[in-house]
Amino acid sequence: MDSIPRIPLGEWTDNFITYLQINFGSGTQAFSDGLESLIKGLQGFLISLPPELVIIVVAILAWWLAGKKIALFTVLGLFFIYNLGLWSVTMETIAMVISAVLFCMIIGVPLGILGAKNNTAHRIIMPILDFMQTLPAFVYLLPAIPFFGLGVVPGVITTIIFAMPPVIRLTDLGLKQVPEELIELGKSFGSTFFQMLLKIELPLARSTILAGINQCIMLSLSMVVIASMIGAKGLGGVVWRAIQTLKMGMGFEAGVAIVIIAIILDRITQNLGKSK
Amino acid sequence: MIEVKNLIKVYGSNTDKVLELIEKGMSNEEIKNKTKHVVGVRDVSFTVEKGESFVIMGLSGSGKSTLLRCINRLIKASSGEILIDGQNIITMSGKDLEEIRQHRMAMVFQRFALLPHRTILDNVGYGLEIQGVDKRKRLDKVLEVIEMVGLKGWENSYPENLSGGMQQRVGIARALATDPDILLMDEPFSALDPLIRQDMQDELLDIQNKLQKTIIFITHDLDEALKVGDRIALMKDGCIVQMGQPEDILLSPATEYVARFVENVNRSLALTASSVMVRPRYVVHPKDGPRTALNFMEKHGLSTLFVLDRLGKLKGYIKAEDASDIASQGIKDLGGIIQTDMPTAGPDSPLAGLLEVMAYTKVPIAVVDENNKLQGALVRGSVIAGLAGGRGEMNNG
Ligand SMILES: Nc1ncnc2c1ncn2[C@@H]1O[C@H](COP(=O)(O)OP(=O)(O)O)[C@@H](O)[C@H]1O
Ligand SMILES: [Mg+2]
Repeated sequence: MDSIPRIPLGEWTDNFITYLQINFGSGTQAFSDGLESLIKGLQGFLISLPPELVIIVVAILAWWLAGKKIALFTVLGLFFIYNLGLWSVTMETIAMVISAVLFCMIIGVPLGILGAKNNTAHRIIMPILDFMQTLPAFVYLLPAIPFFGLGVVPGVITTIIFAMPPVIRLTDLGLKQVPEELIELGKSFGSTFFQMLLKIELPLARSTILAGINQCIMLSLSMVVIASMIGAKGLGGVVWRAIQTLKMGMGFEAGVAIVIIAIILDRITQNLGKSK
Repeated sequence: MIEVKNLIKVYGSNTDKVLELIEKGMSNEEIKNKTKHVVGVRDVSFTVEKGESFVIMGLSGSGKSTLLRCINRLIKASSGEILIDGQNIITMSGKDLEEIRQHRMAMVFQRFALLPHRTILDNVGYGLEIQGVDKRKRLDKVLEVIEMVGLKGWENSYPENLSGGMQQRVGIARALATDPDILLMDEPFSALDPLIRQDMQDELLDIQNKLQKTIIFITHDLDEALKVGDRIALMKDGCIVQMGQPEDILLSPATEYVARFVENVNRSLALTASSVMVRPRYVVHPKDGPRTALNFMEKHGLSTLFVLDRLGKLKGYIKAEDASDIASQGIKDLGGIIQTDMPTAGPDSPLAGLLEVMAYTKVPIAVVDENNKLQGALVRGSVIAGLAGGRGEMNNG
């Protein structure tokens, strides 16, 4: 077995990335700048809001979508985070999650529609998603660095890539689950492609797509935390610093804050699909 | 007018090959075993006139839905022509097809196919919305058809709050809202309870009386077919095995298959007086004497006899005992003993309504046309034979 020379997979990858960097570097730079100002702007905006206002608005949202108990949990949880002095890093994290999820939806929903409508596209997209979902999360971090350097932008971009599969998958699934008779209904009345999509397919796939978005939000949160390893800051940054400096208490506090945010986000968005 | 000519639908990827095999006369079963292709519709031709209700009937899997869906091209036919007022649906452009689907035809579905996220109002308005009619203009038409199907007051409900029968009323209202001249109905009442089904059939007939749509109606229920159809086509294995008016199918089933299909039907619904009446051969004129009449009756074993005037119009009937009375008194004219209280029926009267009359009268029911000319007589023997499925030639006694 040893007679076969080592296959230089790593070098090939390096060469490929260098090639991409040389040929697409300027494009990624412009994109990177745009994304950075978006995320930074959102972070600045959330941090500038009075914490009381944020707590009240999120609690009302929680009450409306998930009930009294979750609303109460939201108030207590967010207050606790504020009390621990983790408010602004939490807002940083939330801003990154929001940006990533936004992009996941903008890119993922159309890809899901494409997959549902076109068999060839489906056969190309699905294996890629399978592959992406088997990779360990932090492997995603590596290729982002040569393109976007360290910081918040590569963090959010890896998050987008990592969290997008469920949006694509469940959009595709939701559209395929629309009953055949309703598709026939739409066609038999002479609906165009977009009328079918907007008046029949997407409304009927809505709760499945929203389940995908819920998963996407949860994956985003976990990836945004991991992305602190490449300098994305936020709550993950606190954990990362705590690990490096062996400050167990500080790490634990940030960890609890992450769990609180995860629960609030999950419960609120879980019920999006169920409400009329 | 809808003309379907030599329509074939093969499910599968290599239709050309299968079309050749069909040409050669290979059976669907063999084709399936050999090529894994399913022949859904096999060389079907028929014409539906404007304003006609054409029923396609057959057991499950006989190709009814496939045939119907070829007509609005939800399924693309493999070969043949479908002409709607001369335009070929199969070859027309996507744009023209959309246009025809929007304005000329509408479909009613077996499982109603209502959109759960829309109110009744918005479900019924779907077709108009697709046409781009604005909301205010839609409303009048939508309310009008909702009222027509008896759902006034339910406009703002959601489909899940309606019973099956009401949901299908919404389906029908939606189909009527765009004023199409063709309605394609795929087993619209099969999912409903029998009593509700009958109400819906009656209502459809009412609507049809008012609006005179061209209807293609699918069912696997012969009673329903007989009630709804002006003409019926019976399908088996993708082919039409018999086509004709309801009585044709009932009285002269073309094949064993049709005969078996017809066996259990409630025939009184489909049969009309003219389809089971016998020829009234034994009539006399008022000027004929009682002796002649008595001879007739004795010879053929009759107890009553119709009396016509010179023009063939029905004047009444005489009884054997009255005739022999006046014969013994030497009276030559029958005028005095003609009874006029006999039951009559038109040639198109449904048998269902006449059965009761028959039960309470000893006299045969006279079948007369609009000019009161005698066409035939309904006698028990022939009616029972008709109901039982075989039509015997009987005397009117
Ligand atoms: N999409 C399809 N693919 C393959 N075969 C089909 C398809 N749809 C229907 N068939 C077959 O075509 C035949 C006719 O079906 P269908 O038109 O639905 O009959 P019906 O409406 O009379 O019950 C059946 O043998 C059925 O299995
Ligand atoms: Mg069917």
